[in-house]
Amino acid sequence: MSTTATSPVPGAPQPGTPQSAKEKAPAVSAKPVTWKVPVLLAVLGVVAFIFFGVMGPNQTASFGISSSGDFFQLPAIQVPAFLGGIALSVLMLGLAAYAVYLKTRNERSPGWLPIVFIVLFVAAFLIWVVGGARTPSISLAGLIAGSVTLAVPLVFGSLSGVLCERAGVVNIAIEGQLLGGAFTAAMVATLTKSPFVGLLAAAVAGAVVSMVLAVFSIKYLVNQIIVGVVLNVLVSGLTGFLFSTVMQANKAQFNSPGRLPIIDIPVLSSIPVIGSILFKQSVVGYLMYIAVIVVWIGLFKTKWGLRVRAVGEHPQAADTLGIKVNATRFWNVTLGGAVAGIGGSFFTLVAIDSFTKEISGGRGFIALAALIFGRWNPIGAFFAALLFGFADNLQSIVTIIGTPVPSQFMAMLPYLVTVLAVAGLVGRSRPPAADGIPYVKG
Amino acid sequence: MVRVLKLELRGITKRFGSLIANDHIDVVVEPGQIHCLLGENGAGKSTLMNVLYGLYEPSEGEILVDGKAVTFRGPGDAMAAGIGMVHQHFMLVPVFTVAENVALGAETTKAGGFLNLDDTRRKIKEISDRYGFDVDPDALIEDLPVGVQQRVEIIKALVRDAKVLILDEPTAVLTPQDTDELLDIMRQLKSSGTSIVFISHKLREVKAVSDTITVIRRGKVVGTADPGASTTELASMMVGRAVNLTLDKAPAKPQETTFQVKDLTVIAPTGQHVVDGISFDIARGEILAVAGVQGNGQTELTEAILGLQGRCHGSILLDGEELLGHSVKEVLNAGVGFVPEDRTVDGLIGTFSIAENLVLDRYDQPPFAKGISMSPARILENAKSRIDEFDVRTPSGSLAAGTLSGGNQQKVVMARELSRPLRLFIASQPTRGVDVGSIEFLHKRIVAERDQGTPVMIISTELDEVIELADRIAVLYKGKLVGIVPAGTGRDVLGLMMAGLSPESAHADTPHAAHADATGAQKPAQTSTSGAEGGDHD
Repeated sequence: MSTTATSPVPGAPQPGTPQSAKEKAPAVSAKPVTWKVPVLLAVLGVVAFIFFGVMGPNQTASFGISSSGDFFQLPAIQVPAFLGGIALSVLMLGLAAYAVYLKTRNERSPGWLPIVFIVLFVAAFLIWVVGGARTPSISLAGLIAGSVTLAVPLVFGSLSGVLCERAGVVNIAIEGQLLGGAFTAAMVATLTKSPFVGLLAAAVAGAVVSMVLAVFSIKYLVNQIIVGVVLNVLVSGLTGFLFSTVMQANKAQFNSPGRLPIIDIPVLSSIPVIGSILFKQSVVGYLMYIAVIVVWIGLFKTKWGLRVRAVGEHPQAADTLGIKVNATRFWNVTLGGAVAGIGGSFFTLVAIDSFTKEISGGRGFIALAALIFGRWNPIGAFFAALLFGFADNLQSIVTIIGTPVPSQFMAMLPYLVTVLAVAGLVGRSRPPAADGIPYVKG
Repeated sequence: MVRVLKLELRGITKRFGSLIANDHIDVVVEPGQIHCLLGENGAGKSTLMNVLYGLYEPSEGEILVDGKAVTFRGPGDAMAAGIGMVHQHFMLVPVFTVAENVALGAETTKAGGFLNLDDTRRKIKEISDRYGFDVDPDALIEDLPVGVQQRVEIIKALVRDAKVLILDEPTAVLTPQDTDELLDIMRQLKSSGTSIVFISHKLREVKAVSDTITVIRRGKVVGTADPGASTTELASMMVGRAVNLTLDKAPAKPQETTFQVKDLTVIAPTGQHVVDGISFDIARGEILAVAGVQGNGQTELTEAILGLQGRCHGSILLDGEELLGHSVKEVLNAGVGFVPEDRTVDGLIGTFSIAENLVLDRYDQPPFAKGISMSPARILENAKSRIDEFDVRTPSGSLAAGTLSGGNQQKVVMARELSRPLRLFIASQPTRGVDVGSIEFLHKRIVAERDQGTPVMIISTELDEVIELADRIAVLYKGKLVGIVPAGTGRDVLGLMMAGLSPESAHADTPHAAHADATGAQKPAQTSTSGAEGGDHD
């Protein structure tokens, strides 16, 4: 994790001595306002103005917001790309100027400012991409629905990360947990002829992968990053081997899990745009929303969550209050694995109905990025995962409608966003203080 | 009134491998008493309390509560038996609020495991009002001054209904004023029926507040003393021989000024000015002691002089040469001797031998090196004479430095730094965690270095040490120089200065700190409203 952010208190002379860290204790207002955010916003604003505005395409971009099944139809939004680009980038420059003005008065920009800026930037970018395409028309509803679909495994993966890292164990093995879940779901669902049993089995598989991580990192104090990486390689090798020796030889018997049904809630699912993302999902999709809310409430509103966070922030303090640090960590890591396992089942029980090698395709690592971007908060991680899903989906749609931007550049988007995010655009990302540090008594 | 509790430790022995930290210790804490455990650093006081608090299991012996033997498997058991502990390093989660920290581990919940922090807030308010703590339940711990954090720790114990409160070196991190307030709080707690076990090595505080004193030396109880006993008596019991508490120090004979710091500012990675426009100078043959509560820029100041800090402005002149902007090696070669504040982290390499540690700054220079090869024989020879000269208690110079006791480790560091001709000597916390015997020795060496005509700078958070060594005293507060005052300035004035008051208003305010005048009250408020930990709490 980023070492720059681990120091518990800004300005603490040495992270090694908790003593000195405590004494520092500057009031929040004493933190200096930096030029980072205003400058970054200004640069992005100028970039937007030049590319999306001045050099913007001349077509009219059309965004459909209703699909044929909706119970009332809304007309598509038509935006002249050139004017739209100019207008939005001028707004962005305005926000940047406001941030600069605040900085000159030594005030911090409010939290909404970068978020509004990002929304404007994404909108301008969309208009620019669509306006420059051969067929300048996309379905916004489809774009958003697709983003949510692609985000499902990411959300589960990052929730797994939240559960582990809030308790102080770094979980690099999300990828392995997703893949293990995907494989087991396919295998067990085929054998039992029930996708629901497959779903349960996926959770168990993820938990088992996680338990290995927990045992080695908590009991044997092996470096958590190393165990995580090794687990990813192990699961990838194991599932790959079983796939080619067992599944490929007899697909019907071992690799035809069938799909989880899509549950369509009548009426509600016909609401334009949000209907299909909220009320027309598979069991896994609904579970995702429930999981985000449950984990958030659990962590921040219950006794369990208070203890988990204490263990991740200051295990010694928790220990002196009679909380069993390592047991808490063990069960949290296990639970996190189960959550990621359910996310993995999405690949083989919802998206397509069979397992292939490396089906998770590195999404565990994107989930890790979403966790950091979302500042170790379930809600934050959820929206970060959505953003990455959006970038992913945009890339494939853009390829279809034919824009001048090479799709490879679009594929870089999630990673670029991560780098910017971790660099501190949306405030400083501060991991739990004891994240990654094993707890040894005495 | 509340139930009181009698606590007895019988024959407690705790071994770590071959090391005996506690050797058949018997202590009886009578109800409603302040019982002091007096002993040097490393005497085994903290180990004993960790046994009592259930953090360590005793190798032998038993704990009796109201005459009944009990076994504590963890702190939970100890708390249930009515024992609370305030650790030397606070056990508070910095990103939690006061209420969350107090609730942790003893949460009151609504149905379904949901936290009921309102209940905790009410309890904090109750205790806070009863003892005049003035603690906001919703403040984040990391925003609170140390003194207030300590009160949160006490509240934590009281909320859990502690009948016996263990305070482990509670005054180590406090200003003298905060210390006085703490002693008052202890008396108040006592009068409301809470017994207190007060662990300390500071004789003045022990005498001020204790009912009974048990002296511990090298893991054994060496006797009990009456609080009326003289400091010299207590000190010799603690150390095991007669000690001379006052340093024989001739008045300074300052010569020309050779070391000057002008408008030094150090900027932390966060952008904070951790050292803020400091100017001072030191003459040859003079000791300037820098006082201040830990974490007010002392570390950064010394590191800046040595070339360890990245972003510095201003000027540091030694014999007219600029030190700022030079590498650490160049600064050392310019004749700067430096004893860092944490010897185990920055002063020594624990796994290297004592002999090697003694030449860490000169391993590549003759006579210890010839071309690219080192000369182990010469290094060992050097070690022998240094070990003799500095009275380092070790069978051999080829043992790992990490095996030495704190006092002997510090002597090794000091021996290395003082064994070459110096033009400036800086010692940060020269006697932290060092036994009284070694303190005497180290102080004498520092004064000897001054008398040779070296400008000496001492950084210490122990006011006693500052007063003992200083020819002049500089006080730091939040990175700023509050003022430089002559030796002999009163303890109370220094205390107020450590809380950020200028020397003039500090003089005006004493002895009635509560009636801070307009200027005095403004000073801390300007820097940070929540950071003022000094006289404006009452």
